[in-house]
Amino acid sequence: MATEAEGTGLVFHPMDQFIVKPLFGEGPVMWYTPTNATLWMLIAVLCVVALFVLGTRGRAVIPSRLQSVAEVFYGFIYKMVEDVTGHDGVKYFPWIMTLFLFIFFSNMLALIPMSFSPTSQIAVTAVLGFGVFFAVTIIGFVKNGTHFLGLFWMKDAPLFLRPIIAVIEVISYFVRPVSHSIRLAGNITAGHAVLKVFAAFAGIALIAPASILAITAIYALEVLVAVIQAYVFTILTCVYLKDALHPAH
Amino acid sequence: MELAAAAALGKFIGAGIAAIGAGIAAVGVGNVAANYLAGALRNPSAAASQTATLFIGLAFAEALGIFAFLVALLLMFAA
Amino acid sequence: MATETLAEGVAHGGAALSSCLGANGSAIGMPQLCVDWMPNQIFWLLVALTAIYFFLSRIGLPRIGAVLAERQGTITNDLAAAEEMKLQAVAAEQAYVAALAQARADANRIVAEAKAEIQKDLDAALAKADAEISAKSAESEGRIAEIRAGAMDAVAQVAKDTAQELVLALGGSRDARAVTAAVSARLKG
Repeated sequence: MATEAEGTGLVFHPMDQFIVKPLFGEGPVMWYTPTNATLWMLIAVLCVVALFVLGTRGRAVIPSRLQSVAEVFYGFIYKMVEDVTGHDGVKYFPWIMTLFLFIFFSNMLALIPMSFSPTSQIAVTAVLGFGVFFAVTIIGFVKNGTHFLGLFWMKDAPLFLRPIIAVIEVISYFVRPVSHSIRLAGNITAGHAVLKVFAAFAGIALIAPASILAITAIYALEVLVAVIQAYVFTILTCVYLKDALHPAH
Repeated sequence: MELAAAAALGKFIGAGIAAIGAGIAAVGVGNVAANYLAGALRNPSAAASQTATLFIGLAFAEALGIFAFLVALLLMFAA
Repeated sequence: MATETLAEGVAHGGAALSSCLGANGSAIGMPQLCVDWMPNQIFWLLVALTAIYFFLSRIGLPRIGAVLAERQGTITNDLAAAEEMKLQAVAAEQAYVAALAQARADANRIVAEAKAEIQKDLDAALAKADAEISAKSAESEGRIAEIRAGAMDAVAQVAKDTAQELVLALGGSRDARAVTAAVSARLKG
């Protein structure tokens, strides 16, 4: 690696944490191979299941702690969907909840040392981002027909500006899935790489304390980023969905 | 070999320049947050309803910084 | 990028398990961009998302939704019950106030009646006592007048007699009628 500092023993491999490895034995990674990505995605799934099964086990009117956590998630996302997309967006609530919970738990589990972060992988976030993009576009055309194209044609702009605005709008529309997916992957990758770089500095006795303090601070920031990115991904999904449902702003 | 070394040097210089973009995005993010805060202090009752907008704005501003960071990463590791 | 790394991996002569891994086991380039690993992640991501979606839409969300709806129902019911109780309390208070006012009015009426009765008795007793007193005083006055008349008569008689005797003793005539007339005139005067 180009970043290896030979001779001092200081070795940076900030990207090695994103390597996909087979869980069992050695061998090539085929599309069906259970890998560390599989493991941590399934742990995320199990966390969701545990939260909602164990949390709502009592179905109590006065909630237990875990149940109130599940209710906070439910209420938060439900309110977001309802506020942003309106009442006709509520039927997409399970999808948005799925996205949010998957990203949230992947981000949080990725902060466990030695874990793997699925949301740092472009492949994963691109599937999420382009999935949202295609779903929203299809919903837009199915719900509104060609009226959906009104999203790009600003009725309240001066006539001579409209084609220019339309071009910009179309470009920004097609950039959406790219920025949507790269934002998530980039944030998580950046945070984890920075953590790893500081962890490598901790090998030098002289600057180890400062390095460990920095790791602590960045770790706290990363917790914040994990939550905020899940929130941002979800709310942008809601915003795009709103555009599809009500293209006339 | 000379050419390869020059290419490696160029990659790192390019990555460093691209990283400036992250700093500029930080200015943008700070701008969003500062203006939100200023507005929120003037009209605290409207602040709560605008947090979603705040985060969307932060996300857009930050995404461009992430793009710069991505360019740096690509230059360092993938180019 | 990917083609280069693939070439490098092949160049390692199959020593590396993946075209994206170097001989020492660390990544060549960004692991995120390794095409070899993408199908695997996409496949498992779709599995995970499908699992979460079916779990949420079949089990997770309906449960929470039911719990929240139930709580909302309970709260609504409790609020309605509280409202009803409040109305009942207001009604009870009104009834109490009305009863109090009624009782007060009754008490006033009873007091007034009692007072009127007492007044009547008192008036009657007073009237009777007045009547008795006036009867007694009239009687007494009658007696006094009688006594006074008797005394006057007696005085007049005595005066006449005395005058007669005096006239007689002084050598006057015994004309009783003249003496009597003179005494009567003096007594009147």
